[in-house]
Amino acid sequence: MSAPHTPQEDDPDEPIPFMQQLLDNPFLLLFLGVMVPMVVYTLWGVIDILSVPLAR
Amino acid sequence: MSAIHPPSERVWWKHPLDRVEGTWILISFIWCLVMFGMMVGWHIWGKQNLSTETYKTTPEKFSAKTQAMVDKYTVRTETADKIPVVAPPAGSDVYLIARLWSFWPILELEKGKTYRLHLTSMDYNHGFSLQPANINVQVVPGYEHVLKITPNQAGTYSVVCNEFCGINHHAMVSRIYVK
Amino acid sequence: MSATTYRTCPRSGLQFEASAEKLMIINAVTAVVALLVGGILAIGVVLTRWPAVHWLDADTFYMVLTAHGIDMLIFWIIFFEVAVLYFCSSTLLRCRLATPKLAWAAYVLMLVGAVMNNVAVFQGGSSVMMTSYVPMMASSWFYLGLILFAVGALIACFIFFGTLVIAKRDKTYQGSVPLVTFGAITAAIIAVFTITSGAIILIPTWLMSLGVVQSVDALVYRTIWWAFGHSSQQINVAAHISIWYAVAAIAFGAKPMSERVSRMAFLLYILFLQLASAHHLLADPGVSTAWKVVNTSYFMYFAVLASMIHGLTIPGAIEVAQRAKGYNNGLFEWLRKAPWGNPVFSGMFIALIGFGFLGGISGVMMGTEQLNMIIHNTIYVPGHFHATVVVGTTLSFMALTYFLIPVLFRREMIAPTLAKWQPYLFGFSMYFFCLVMMGAGTLGVSRRHWDMAFSGAAMAYEWPGAAYLMMGLVGMSGVAAIAGGAIYIYVTVGSLLWGKKLDQGAVSEKFTPIPPTAPTVVAQSYGSAGFTAPGTFALAMVFLVAFVLYYFVNWKYLSTLWGLA
Repeated sequence: MSAPHTPQEDDPDEPIPFMQQLLDNPFLLLFLGVMVPMVVYTLWGVIDILSVPLAR
Repeated sequence: MSAIHPPSERVWWKHPLDRVEGTWILISFIWCLVMFGMMVGWHIWGKQNLSTETYKTTPEKFSAKTQAMVDKYTVRTETADKIPVVAPPAGSDVYLIARLWSFWPILELEKGKTYRLHLTSMDYNHGFSLQPANINVQVVPGYEHVLKITPNQAGTYSVVCNEFCGINHHAMVSRIYVK
Repeated sequence: MSATTYRTCPRSGLQFEASAEKLMIINAVTAVVALLVGGILAIGVVLTRWPAVHWLDADTFYMVLTAHGIDMLIFWIIFFEVAVLYFCSSTLLRCRLATPKLAWAAYVLMLVGAVMNNVAVFQGGSSVMMTSYVPMMASSWFYLGLILFAVGALIACFIFFGTLVIAKRDKTYQGSVPLVTFGAITAAIIAVFTITSGAIILIPTWLMSLGVVQSVDALVYRTIWWAFGHSSQQINVAAHISIWYAVAAIAFGAKPMSERVSRMAFLLYILFLQLASAHHLLADPGVSTAWKVVNTSYFMYFAVLASMIHGLTIPGAIEVAQRAKGYNNGLFEWLRKAPWGNPVFSGMFIALIGFGFLGGISGVMMGTEQLNMIIHNTIYVPGHFHATVVVGTTLSFMALTYFLIPVLFRREMIAPTLAKWQPYLFGFSMYFFCLVMMGAGTLGVSRRHWDMAFSGAAMAYEWPGAAYLMMGLVGMSGVAAIAGGAIYIYVTVGSLLWGKKLDQGAVSEKFTPIPPTAPTVVAQSYGSAGFTAPGTFALAMVFLVAFVLYYFVNWKYLSTLWGLA
């Protein structure tokens, strides 16, 4: 655990960490949140179904 | 200064975690891995895994194969509709048709023997719900689903349709005998 | 840009923009009307599935069940969620709503769609259940109604995103959006995927019902439909968890234990929660085992991890806030001294516990690929989702409504005593309802089934007596829950109609930005002080033990079944 955090330590010039920037960007999140299930669930699932072989 | 206000710190990402949270996240994560391991491990060591062997089929094709089995292995008929009871040899391909609102034919299997059970629907979605064991499989029209089944107890089992298929859905119930 | 006004509520300090406020009111009121219709239909459903009563004939039962499912799972919840989205953007960020005229158009589309769909169902030719699996066809109006509703809801989502942009541009806040708004962003993102999936599959199905398209593949339909049908319930999860954070903040002034942890948990939802649509295809042919395992486990149970995190951090935040107020004795004084007579809190907490213990554990069990075989399409499934959607979402929305009656609707609540007891009656009867439903499902009883006695069947199966008993209890507890729902509607509608009008507060032409807050002492000390929420941790461990036991009991049962490979 790091030391207690005090407001004095809040440096106004301190760069915002990458993950915080990501979480602050709703449109990037929207892109990820639509793409991941579209690829992993929908696209993969439909490819599975379309590649079902014909019965003899 | 609460969840309905913006975070008070500009760089909240660096706010240290409380130990309650850290411990719980670790425990939860391990439990998630255990559950994932169970599901994958059961495919390797478990004996109850649903096969995904599937073929595209048509009602005509599937009926023909089912009829061939019925012609060869029928031992008797049951009910007023004279539904054939079929006892195919152990290890063989057995066929079961689901349609509005019946299953056809009735299967008679041997305990401890393995069969390749082919399932399809002639019309709408149906359900294959084996009672009282409570094994449930979706039956989808146009798809022939092949399950390898090994009955482990003798008795009279019921097959209940548990996917809504119209007004007479509640009367769609058949049997499987295990000797 | 048309002029608008901002009202600061004297009771909550929240700032409502005039056009957003009207839209929230109309969407929330429409939602309650949908709940009323769905609730009346619920009477028909439970009184028919109660074997000793077996009230409706088969035809009517399936029609009523179809309408009950759609009105409750789609219309009640999404209308309310639109109100929540507008609240979490415009009100919490103190900015004007983007394009209010378009928001009205979205509302009209949703309303027309909902009415059209209901009319189609009640005309009788569309008793296809909420899922409307092809090739079973409903009337074309059934699909068109759903499509119009979906388009309206999608527009509402983008108005929410547009409002976020306005708040940022007008600098109504500094830094990051509030956590509750972040939860609403999560809900809106899931909604965009959900509604898009619905459109992708319902448009060709609608064309098929018109004869334009020859056929839609039954399995492709099931796959894409569930990206709509299941994910729509994931919108609820994100929305009601945001509401829990909001109630913790409103009722206790509780601060999230850690913004980082709670937001990361929401991020896991954004990325993985929607994959759980695969839960409905675990017993299906055609899709591969790898697809089933990856999707059903939300990649590797990452969304379960997220839910377990929220399940700790919300009561944890309440505990920290209560302990700071001096309720420091023992493990649970903070909980005993919570405002149990306030329906805003009691509703939220009953929802949280029920969602976790009943909905969460059962959901993970049935979402396990192999274990799914012992519950697929049994009445266990509605047992599970009544625990998530009714106990979890609906009860949370009810709790939020009790907060909104004075704040948003500016009315004094009528019958406060009735409102005080409502969450207990509704919540606990639903707990019991879900438990006995899951019990009957464990014995194999089918869902969506008019007659468990199989009347007219030559080879009827006889369910065990316990199954009949459980279904009887489903009927009784269902009636009790419906009574609880009726009280909610009476209190809400009654307050709107006859409640004393309350002061609307100061109205201004301009918004007042949210002042930045300095981190308080509490905010800095708890991070390193060690175990700040021991009571919550103890509760969480009880939950974990129940979870582990129940999970392995089901594996044990599965191992006794027929060999399947």
